[in-house]
Amino acid sequence: MKLGFFLREALRGLGRNSAPALAALLTVLLTALVLGVFIPIVQATTGTANEVRNRVVVDVYLNDGVTPAERQEVRGALERTANVKSVAYISKADGLARAKEKNPKAFADGAKLLGGNPLPDTFRIVPDDPGRVKAIVDRVAPRDASGERVASLAGIDEVRNKESDTEKILSATGLVKILTAGLAVLLIFASIALVANTIRLSIFARRREVEVMKLVGATNWFIRWPFVIEGVIVGAMGGLLAVLLLTIAKETFIDPLQARFALLAAPNTIDFGLLIVVLMVACMAVSATGSALTLRRFLRV
Amino acid sequence: MAGIALRKRPHIARPTAATRPPRVKGATVPVVEFEDVTKVYDGGSIGLERATMKIGRGEFVFLVGPTGCGKSTCIRLLQKELEASAGEISIAGHELSSMSRSKVPRLRRNIGVVFQDYKLLPNRTIYDNVAYSLQVIGEPRQEIRRKVPDILALVGLSTKLHNYPDELSGGEQQRVSIARAFVNHPPLLLADEPTGNLDPETSIGIMQLIYRINRTGTTVVVATHDSAMVDKMRRRVIELREGRIVRDELSGLYRPDESTTEFAIRLRGELGVGHEGHPN
Repeated sequence: MKLGFFLREALRGLGRNSAPALAALLTVLLTALVLGVFIPIVQATTGTANEVRNRVVVDVYLNDGVTPAERQEVRGALERTANVKSVAYISKADGLARAKEKNPKAFADGAKLLGGNPLPDTFRIVPDDPGRVKAIVDRVAPRDASGERVASLAGIDEVRNKESDTEKILSATGLVKILTAGLAVLLIFASIALVANTIRLSIFARRREVEVMKLVGATNWFIRWPFVIEGVIVGAMGGLLAVLLLTIAKETFIDPLQARFALLAAPNTIDFGLLIVVLMVACMAVSATGSALTLRRFLRV
Repeated sequence: MAGIALRKRPHIARPTAATRPPRVKGATVPVVEFEDVTKVYDGGSIGLERATMKIGRGEFVFLVGPTGCGKSTCIRLLQKELEASAGEISIAGHELSSMSRSKVPRLRRNIGVVFQDYKLLPNRTIYDNVAYSLQVIGEPRQEIRRKVPDILALVGLSTKLHNYPDELSGGEQQRVSIARAFVNHPPLLLADEPTGNLDPETSIGIMQLIYRINRTGTTVVVATHDSAMVDKMRRRVIELREGRIVRDELSGLYRPDESTTEFAIRLRGELGVGHEGHPN
């Protein structure tokens, strides 16, 4: 009975104030559209950045003629070091095979020149966080008083992290991530502010009505529910329209192109179904809470 | 004068001695009690200054005085739309200052209010406007369907149930507002300049309606500067001037300086009758 009453009140409110309701709906629609386009873009960008960052590794070269026992000891020590995600062993032979694979031309006739395998046995460390590479290097080979790195264990010859590469990758991807995150936050704030403001205006036009309701003895929630339901309806309709348009755009433009462009097919972008759910929930939540919050001012009679 | 009010409308049974609430003041808790009440607005202007008064059950009281004297302040304080700056207001023994916010809606449901500008909901039909104050108290739908047409018939608007407020005349809108205020039979009815926007003819009709409500046992407080009306009704008059109560008479006139004899002479002249019957 109560829910039915509130629902009827909400529909009456929408019908009698169709112009502001339409304005709110359009605002929700537009912001949802923009967000719907932007979210996958942000995701693809950060996904790519993360992939690049994950290439950051630390190589620990072992001395020639290291004994298996020493090797085990080093491996154990590395695995126990903080911030280390995984440790992989690459033997001399493996190393050469990989190098050949990477650059077959150089090794085609180079094998003779080398006269043997110059590569050391190597432990390749993947850090849990690319930003912590330095910390790992410092732990495995701390600097001594003169600034020279000294390996912490007997079997270790040298610790390398391709310093300049790492630095570049980290700073570039970090910047990309910060920029996209900043943009996303800005856009979300702008959307909320825009939707809330439109709703504010539509409720402001009805503040006298709210005042009278209060004077007749309506409780706050008795007045609020119809407005909140109105907000949910407007949000749902705006969101639904936006999702519809996004689907059409995806089907007609993105999907045919996806085969050709890697970014569009990036595995890290949000699942379209999930995107729809997120957008719908966000639209309804923002416009409903917008309605409820705006009312607060007028309920203080 | 008062008798006229009941002549045309038989719906409300005239209260008998048994149903009429006792009018003995002090015997029961007064419906309204102002104890040294002061209201200073945020800007510093004084709305009410050290006002003390008691209004008993079933009384009909006029608050009179020029604009800005504190009449509306009194009405709004009683609804707890404003908070008193000092002093204590009690309604049926409940102190308003210590009443929590969540209790305010219940207080307002027990006070019918009629405003000068009607304050009807513009988006609702007459029927829905009156029904709203029943929906607010959670009245079942069949009860609403029964009561609303009844009360609208009582105020003489049974043909306009489905019109919107802006399709009605001022007097008709005020009738709707009275119907809304009275539909759940509150023990207290406040009217803030109920006839302020109406012509004298219409005003009389409105005042009669309010008087009939009073006769059912409802305590009525009317803020007005309609001197003709006050003089005709001859009920208790509380006069305010610059926020102070300057006069409280049991059956007073709008102007205090007019003696009963003077009033009688004027009344005789106005009505063209031989002797003045004391109203009620």
